[in-house]
Amino acid sequence: MIDILQINPGLWVILAGIICAFLPVSPIRKALVLLAPIFAAVMIFQIYGAQEVIGGVINFAGMDYTTLRIDRLSMIWGYLFCLAGVLNAIYGLHEKCKITDSSALIYMGAALAGVFSGDLLTLFIFWELAAISSVFLVWKGGEHSYASGIRYLAIHVLSGVLLLAGAIVYGRANGGDFTFGNIGLGAPGGWLLLIAMGIKCGFPFLHNWIQDAYPKASITGTVILSAFTTKLALYALARGFAGEDILIYIGAVMTCFPVFFAVIENDLRRVLSYSLNNQLGFMVCGIGIGTPLAMNGVAAHVVADVIFKGLLFMSMGAVMLRTGTTKASELGGLFRSMPYTTLFCLIGAGSIAAFPLLSAFVTKSMILTAALEEHLWVPLAMLLFASAGVMEHSGIKVPYFTFFSHDSGRRVKEAPWNMLTAMGLASLLCIVFALPGVSFGYKLLYSLLPYEVDYHPYTPDHVIFQLQLLFAAITAFCILKKYGLYPSEKRAEIIDFDWTYRKLGLGIAKWIGAMWTRLSVNITGLRKTFIDNAGKRLYQIFSPAGAMSEAAPSGLAAVLTAGMLVIALLIMFITSV
Amino acid sequence: MDLLSLFPSWLIEHGAAFIIILPLLMGAITSILPSRSLAWWTAFIVTVIVTLTSFGLVLNMMSEGTTVYSMGGWDPPHGIGLVVDALSAPVLLLISAMAVLTMVYGMPATIAEVEPKKRAPFYAAFLLCFAGLMGMVVTGDAFNVFVFLEVSSISTYALVAMGAARDRRALTASFNYLIMGSIGATFFVIGLGFLYMETGTLNMADMARILADLDGGSRVAKVAFGFIVVGLGLKLAMFPLHTWLPGAYAYAPSMVTIFLASTATKAALYLLLRFTFTVFDPSFEYVGTLVKYLLIGVGVVGMIFASLQAIFQTDVRRTLAFSSVAQVGYMLLGIGLATAAGLAAGYLHLLNHAVIKGGLFIALGAFWYRFGITRVEDFQGLSKTMPWTMGAFTVSALSLIGVPFTAGFVSKVNLATAAADKGWWWAVAVIVVTSVLAIIYMGRILLSAYFGDAPEINGEVAKRNEAPLMMLVPMWVLAIMSIAIGSNIFNLGDNFVGAAEAAARLLLGSGA
Repeated sequence: MIDILQINPGLWVILAGIICAFLPVSPIRKALVLLAPIFAAVMIFQIYGAQEVIGGVINFAGMDYTTLRIDRLSMIWGYLFCLAGVLNAIYGLHEKCKITDSSALIYMGAALAGVFSGDLLTLFIFWELAAISSVFLVWKGGEHSYASGIRYLAIHVLSGVLLLAGAIVYGRANGGDFTFGNIGLGAPGGWLLLIAMGIKCGFPFLHNWIQDAYPKASITGTVILSAFTTKLALYALARGFAGEDILIYIGAVMTCFPVFFAVIENDLRRVLSYSLNNQLGFMVCGIGIGTPLAMNGVAAHVVADVIFKGLLFMSMGAVMLRTGTTKASELGGLFRSMPYTTLFCLIGAGSIAAFPLLSAFVTKSMILTAALEEHLWVPLAMLLFASAGVMEHSGIKVPYFTFFSHDSGRRVKEAPWNMLTAMGLASLLCIVFALPGVSFGYKLLYSLLPYEVDYHPYTPDHVIFQLQLLFAAITAFCILKKYGLYPSEKRAEIIDFDWTYRKLGLGIAKWIGAMWTRLSVNITGLRKTFIDNAGKRLYQIFSPAGAMSEAAPSGLAAVLTAGMLVIALLIMFITSV
Repeated sequence: MDLLSLFPSWLIEHGAAFIIILPLLMGAITSILPSRSLAWWTAFIVTVIVTLTSFGLVLNMMSEGTTVYSMGGWDPPHGIGLVVDALSAPVLLLISAMAVLTMVYGMPATIAEVEPKKRAPFYAAFLLCFAGLMGMVVTGDAFNVFVFLEVSSISTYALVAMGAARDRRALTASFNYLIMGSIGATFFVIGLGFLYMETGTLNMADMARILADLDGGSRVAKVAFGFIVVGLGLKLAMFPLHTWLPGAYAYAPSMVTIFLASTATKAALYLLLRFTFTVFDPSFEYVGTLVKYLLIGVGVVGMIFASLQAIFQTDVRRTLAFSSVAQVGYMLLGIGLATAAGLAAGYLHLLNHAVIKGGLFIALGAFWYRFGITRVEDFQGLSKTMPWTMGAFTVSALSLIGVPFTAGFVSKVNLATAAADKGWWWAVAVIVVTSVLAIIYMGRILLSAYFGDAPEINGEVAKRNEAPLMMLVPMWVLAIMSIAIGSNIFNLGDNFVGAAEAAARLLLGSGA
């Protein structure tokens, strides 16, 4: 009846998530969490040959919804999400939590289905589903994460509403065609769509939810969250706004500003959230450039980013699990007790910093080269600065303060086996995707990219240049540290743009509140009499003790009936006169 | 039509008469049966057979079109004709299917609510009421309508009064209903008298023909129409004439409430449609005006007032009863639009609301059956103590509110679209506002059930105590139907919408 190959693979994962919500048995749930992404990947493989596949067209309420569209661009995201799903599943094997399991699956499925949706309305549905299902992961972080979760949800729902509004404006203008292709800012509703995607993608000034919610989520929650939401938004940007010049500058700013915050931040999971923001900047910039090389770079870097950023979050999660904190000021010297975690964290750090033979080296450089080819000097300089900054805060700071630095005296157990397995696999991928010369190395990664690749990362120029950059950054760190100039780990919260709404906004709200109190003193009499009376009246009329509910004597009812008849006859009489 | 060939041809041929006579006869027999369970089985089997026959009639109607059965071989207009057409057939199937589900539910419920020696007469009265409703819908003779109206009404008064074993207030409620119902029936029969005076016939098709020839007729026809609309309005709980309804719904035995809520007002509404559109015609000026001003006026006012009243109720049965009055408002609004889309939406809401309210009242009956509770505050923690029942209640409640992918959504959207097509944006606003009110009055119950903690009984937290299977099955059948209609699973949504559109075509096509 229904062709199984016409079904969006994400829906299978969502289905598994719904089943998980009702499964009381943890081992079966874990098996589902692990197998659902694998099954989805198999389905993608079955569905997608070499040509673009469009299917699953559903007509509902007079509109056609294209629920399945796989082409070279969405395919790479699809496989990536499945891969991340498997890694996250392994990482979370130790945790017996029904809510995490099912929301992780629904969330992942929604992201996957969103990537494969062929029109803006289907995209909207999964966009919102991803937001709603993922907020539970934030809330699993404990009591203190509740407010963050609410803010996270509010911002994402806002993003969804903007997306829907933009989609409607856009679809109307195109004569009811909601197909999600290249939109461009010139199209009606383009700005709405861009802002909607920008919120989810962490554009400057719209980014605070990342640093607000991610560090507060549960250990596995952070890892899961880091993989999907922003990447879904990136996909949408790549699909809709490739080659928009404004994105180059937005992306460049995005790479730079988190560096400063990340360097002074104390909570290492927050450092990684800033670093996530910074990596997204590279990709947004690449989308803005929009040449085939840049788009290849974006697609390749998104793969690398999900893996190494996941790896870093995983290692911090392992530390959090064993020590109960990720504050730089309270950690240090953990390499003695957690040697494997240290090793994997270093591989992740090296990857994000783009050491040769580690993944970002073969991916990020494509975006930089594309910027160079287009002679975009200012953005290129900003990207280079940010690359050095990445080395500073993610490449050195995170592992240094956690595992080395001064000994905190903590002697804890090594991370559990499943976490080590997940981190090990991710590390392996970081290395494999950067191997030169062999067919399963970076060439495999390149063969999956949307455009033909004619790019060779391992040229002497590039290797030497990159090493110079990295060693300069390391030297700078060492010198600053030596002379005590490096911002030391302080127990402090830093203030970002969210100050405007958390502090300034609160201040304004308080001021308004105070003014309102004064004003209301004056109008209390008026207001009270009006609202209270209205409420009282409603209650008096409609409540069970009220006038309307009095057991009407049948005599009165009979009179009413006669009255109705009179009205009916009068109406007819008047019309006939 | 493969399914149709499964029915014996004589059953289809005489089905229209069979579905009235079988429950009437068996009702008489059931009343004297000695054993309670025998009475239940008899009544149950009768409802099942009638449902199957109705289903056959629907299939036959779909392939053959309208059929008129001559009672006793006397052809109309002199004899009585039974009409199975696109308007009556779906209502027939609805009433009989609801009767089956009610009977299934009634097996455990009746044991709890009705005294042993009264149980066989109880089932007998139920069958009579059922026969009356089926007769009202299927007959093509105006005076016959009155007869069946009285058959169903009088048995209903008795049924409501049997709630006295549970709550003595059932007696006053039944008395109120008796007085009001009789006034309604009297108005209706007075109207028929005037109509007979004007046309000299009692056959509805004949009346329509003569009235059309007279171009609407004299003042006598107008008075007749006024009496009929008010009389039926009383029966269908049109807003200011609804005062009998909350009491009757709240205090009747729960099985009776379920059946009344999902069928009795619907049959009366069906009659209003029949008389307004196929006997009279909205193209007569007085009919058009009355429909436009009176029906829509009381419909809209009723939607708002009854919804507000539902919000403040402390007893869930009364909340649902007032909600029923509000829902009648939606149907009246659909009728008042008098366009094909509006009529279809009103008719669809008639069918959907029966499914929704039936499910809600069955779940409510199950709560009472297990814990003896009906007040909103007692619903605390029911999601933990009766998760499956609460699940069905929730699905139906969401459908009542009109959440997407449920039946309520489909009919409300259709109604709003029909109003918008006519340019009546204020009506769309009223639909939205009353839906918000519905969120409040149903949400209040759901919140208490899902976020309250189960109460402590003698120092222990109340344990899980699920409703019996006989109650779970019908409530979930209805809940799943709600979703199936809303999401068009098994093509159920298309079938319902298709039936409503066919009915609307028939209503508008005949007189024009």
